[in-house]
Amino acid sequence: MPNSQPDEILHLLAKDARTSVSKLATLTGRTEDDIRSAVTEYESKGIIKRYKTIIDWDKAGTEKVLAFIDVKVTPARDVGFDAVAERIYRYPEVQSVWLVSGGADLRVVVEGLNIRELGRFVAEKLAVIEGVQGTETHFLLKRYKEDGTIFVDVEEDERLVVTP
Amino acid sequence: MDKNGADKNPLPPLSAVARTLPASGIRRFFDIAAQMKDVISLGVGEPDFVTPWVVREAAIYSLERGLTTYTSNYGLLELRKAINDHLENLYGVSYNPDNEILVTVGVSEGMDLAMRAILDPGDEVLIPEPCYVSYKPCVVLAGGKPVGVVTTQADDFTVSAAQLEAQATTRTKAILLGYPSNPTGSTMPKEKLVEIVNLARRKNWYIISDEIYDRLTYEGEHICIAGLPNAWERTITLNGFSKSYAMTGWRIGFACAPREILQAMMKIHSYTILCAPITGQKAALEALKSAEASVTEMVQEYNRRRRVIVKGLNAIGLTCHMPKGAFYAFPDVSISGLPSEEFAEKLLFEEHVAVVPGTAFGAGAEAHVRCSYATSLEKIEIALQRLANFLDKLKAGKVATAGQGSRSI
Repeated sequence: MPNSQPDEILHLLAKDARTSVSKLATLTGRTEDDIRSAVTEYESKGIIKRYKTIIDWDKAGTEKVLAFIDVKVTPARDVGFDAVAERIYRYPEVQSVWLVSGGADLRVVVEGLNIRELGRFVAEKLAVIEGVQGTETHFLLKRYKEDGTIFVDVEEDERLVVTP
Repeated sequence: MDKNGADKNPLPPLSAVARTLPASGIRRFFDIAAQMKDVISLGVGEPDFVTPWVVREAAIYSLERGLTTYTSNYGLLELRKAINDHLENLYGVSYNPDNEILVTVGVSEGMDLAMRAILDPGDEVLIPEPCYVSYKPCVVLAGGKPVGVVTTQADDFTVSAAQLEAQATTRTKAILLGYPSNPTGSTMPKEKLVEIVNLARRKNWYIISDEIYDRLTYEGEHICIAGLPNAWERTITLNGFSKSYAMTGWRIGFACAPREILQAMMKIHSYTILCAPITGQKAALEALKSAEASVTEMVQEYNRRRRVIVKGLNAIGLTCHMPKGAFYAFPDVSISGLPSEEFAEKLLFEEHVAVVPGTAFGAGAEAHVRCSYATSLEKIEIALQRLANFLDKLKAGKVATAGQGSRSI
């Protein structure tokens, strides 16, 4: 019966992918078997794409540079933006490619080791793709919140210890 | 007078009411727990969520605009209208925003006003217990006499009309109901409420209904008592923003009642409070307008925690009925061999977990402790582990019993 309450399991796993089957069962008031079969179905249908960990790379001491690149594209007959998008998303350093409304057409997220490497990627790979009219690159300077997780340290529980 | 300010002649005694009013049973625990490091508190009677940002932002904006004045004694008309719409949408219960809704400083003030508005010296109020700590003192402060009606776990801490009638006297003037209940988490089935309303009608009693936890109902639908047949005209509905919208510190509640009753309450309110703070009222208005999604989200989260804590408590032998509302589990701790107060005290010293002994909430709860699940799942899980350790230690005789060097409170 994965369709009766699809949201709750997905919602919980989206927040914490490591939530165990037994815990999911307790949290939702459903049986473990039910949870297991629902999750298996979500995985096989590709509703659950994969399980990911959110890492504060700055804290881990790893230098990583992230750039958001707005790409203006000339759409091609029959395939629209898809052909250009595909040429872009095949590069492994490209994390995300979205078609967006507004001034640019595609928003591309690229991860690299340093600014020089990313600059080269934009100049030598991205800008020269046929159909790409222009690019505008924004480097990420600081993460405040990502995927619903606040990255700056939050205050402790300020409540009194015992209240009526 | 000497230079230290001490006078040979003592000051006149404080009022008999103030002197004899018992101090809250919760207070003593608070003082100890507050000094301990690394305490996991299941003793907190307020949400662990912060007021939704959209609400905080609206309050900040109202300050930027310079809205820092008194409001009407009743509260902002716009807010009263929104409260009426809210009650109509949820329960089909309706009040005239002009003179049947009063914005109060939390339900606490609403309760005080209700009692002062209806009680003459010696009038009795029937109160199912265990109950919220301030119900009885509010009756006493208004010159009335609280009459406890003991409820038990066997009945899921619900009360019947027959139980109430058994305690009735010629001086009985009102019934005070608080469901979903702090501390038991119980809700009242509709049939029982209908019978109670019929009893109140037959006896011509007022009904005061504290419905502050209405939105935190996890099984079944909350019943707004004023919406039951023949109830509206004798019911004072008390509610507020503290629990549903995580707004305890704003101190905004509301009282709804037929005009004549509400006028009396408003008169007292106009002299003692004047009006609820305007920033809080603006925040409350925004909460009604745009925080519904946050309420749903918070309720879902409480519901998950409820399942975890109740399952966990029962698993370690602390039998616990399934609470249908509020955010408290109310397990029976008699398996420990300790009365609830000693249980709570030793648990705090041994395992640094704070719970509130049932005795703080009146009779019928000597064997119970209140565990609030308005705290994160991670902390609830650690607290359950510590509770299990504590019971193991007790079983192995590793916890000092009274008089064997245990610190006392």
